[in-house]
Amino acid sequence: MSAHGEAVAPRAEGIGRPTSSRRAKDIGFRLGLLACLGLAILLLGVLLVDVVTDGVDRLSWDFITSFASINADQAGIEAALTGTLWLMAVCAAFIIPVGVATAIYLEEYADNTKWYNRLIEVNIQNLAAVPSIVYGILGLAFLVRGPLSLGPVILAGGLTLGLLVLPVVIIAGREAIRAVPPSIREGSMALGATQWQTIWRQVLPAAVPGIATGVILSLSRAIGETAPLIVVGAATFVAFNPEGLDSNFTAMPIQIFDWISRPSNDVNDYRPLAAAGILLLMILLVAMNSVAIWLRNRYEQKW
Amino acid sequence: MTDERQEQGQEAPEQEARGLRRSLDVRHGDHPSPAVEGAEPRAKVAREAVFQLEDLMVSYNAKPAVRNVSFDIGVNEITALIGPSGCGKSTVIRCFNRMNDLIPSAKVEGRVLYHGQDLYGPQVDAVEVRKRIGMVFQKPNPFPKSIYDNIAFGPRVLGMKGDMDEIVERALGHAALWDEVKDRLKTNAFGMSGGQQQRLCIARCLAVEPDVILMDEPCSALDPISTGKIEDLMMGLKEEYSIVIVTHNMQQAARVSDKTAFFTVELGEDDHRTGRVVEFDDTEKIFTNPSDSRTEAYVTGKVG
Repeated sequence: MSAHGEAVAPRAEGIGRPTSSRRAKDIGFRLGLLACLGLAILLLGVLLVDVVTDGVDRLSWDFITSFASINADQAGIEAALTGTLWLMAVCAAFIIPVGVATAIYLEEYADNTKWYNRLIEVNIQNLAAVPSIVYGILGLAFLVRGPLSLGPVILAGGLTLGLLVLPVVIIAGREAIRAVPPSIREGSMALGATQWQTIWRQVLPAAVPGIATGVILSLSRAIGETAPLIVVGAATFVAFNPEGLDSNFTAMPIQIFDWISRPSNDVNDYRPLAAAGILLLMILLVAMNSVAIWLRNRYEQKW
Repeated sequence: MTDERQEQGQEAPEQEARGLRRSLDVRHGDHPSPAVEGAEPRAKVAREAVFQLEDLMVSYNAKPAVRNVSFDIGVNEITALIGPSGCGKSTVIRCFNRMNDLIPSAKVEGRVLYHGQDLYGPQVDAVEVRKRIGMVFQKPNPFPKSIYDNIAFGPRVLGMKGDMDEIVERALGHAALWDEVKDRLKTNAFGMSGGQQQRLCIARCLAVEPDVILMDEPCSALDPISTGKIEDLMMGLKEEYSIVIVTHNMQQAARVSDKTAFFTVELGEDDHRTGRVVEFDDTEKIFTNPSDSRTEAYVTGKVG
């Protein structure tokens, strides 16, 4: 402390320079993380490039508007695309009311001190982790055959997919409802609104963006599901569009799976078809997720 | 009404003569403290009571949060509930519109009479109670809607007849907010300042034409200027409504209220805290000549 300038006060000594070994660790850790991220992106990139190079030539309006065919040059994905859209419609019509109602019950009415409400909660968490094939078997046993005996039709497929993603919708719905602060409910109730009026006119409108995001993300999980639909009995070679809930159907993942598993030769090469199908499915997925992100950013309420 | 006021004036002339905004400087102990032990409750003034509390006790999870609460709240008066944190003031005010019903673990014992009728009687509908007894909360809680829809929500759910535009204008005017917001009724209420939001909440409450307004620390999140506006508003609203206010701000209680209830916390066995009412009296008396030494210690700032 003799003179100002170079002399550093003892307490401030070494303040700007971490020791070289600590610095090395810090940099090493960062590089490690970057490497993991890089690997993930690289794998995804390779897959994408592979699919695009294989399939982009086949992805055309003709591909979208043609039915299945033995002749690979003429085959298209129309039946599978419409089948998937039908399945999603059925699935959404099932999961939105049931999922939202369940979420409302669990968040707004259920008394958490009661054992049966806690049991329901725990089981919903567990159901979200059940492998999809199990839902396929459930659908086969209860919807396709058994009590409902619907047969391998759109309704059975859509409901099976709905059961599969219902827990996710419920969980997302509960989170959205829980994000509405209690002060809003109190403010509404204090004006003499009933609990139902409060939920319907205050809580739900405020929770809709979150619920919608959850529903869309659930549907984008359902759209790629293959195993349960195979078990339920989706057809692989369909040359017509579904005409109603009781139509037989195929779906995009099923069609893609079928094309991949067919023996290809010089005359009939099904692999570009599969790649084009994957591309179309991915475009749908990206579109759905974009809508979900947009919804969240646009309408999410900041409290 | 007029007759009653006169009657009240005759019986308690000093009450009428008293200025509404009192100085706090007179509160220090020039006044001889009356015997604390066995202080008799003052003879009941012949005033109309909107609420009569009879040995009210509220428990959460079977543990009493506040007990032995007995006093009357008068019509067209501002009654302040003061006391340290955890003394049960907010718990008590939430009994008046049955907001405690929303907490499953809460249990209310004793009686709360509203114009003579037991609020917790078997045939009483909590929703009906809340129509008549409005509430303003600690933190402004506008709905995430337009200013207009915030006001219109109450009348709509209650199915009130009449022109909605008129109802909205009247309520906003009543809350001294109309001039500030009349050009942006359709904008989101979240864009208002905190003080405006709180006045919006008061307007929202007035729109359903209640009889009583409960205010649970309405100014604790506001700056002094907004607080002043709300206090002025309360003084005006007193003409038509009975007001109960919980406040941590003793100056505020002294400025606006006619009657004050002082609560305290008692530490029971197993360290459980229970609130209880120490003293209920004219605000002036509470702040200048309290009967209980604990009240005096609190209002003079020696404790709390």
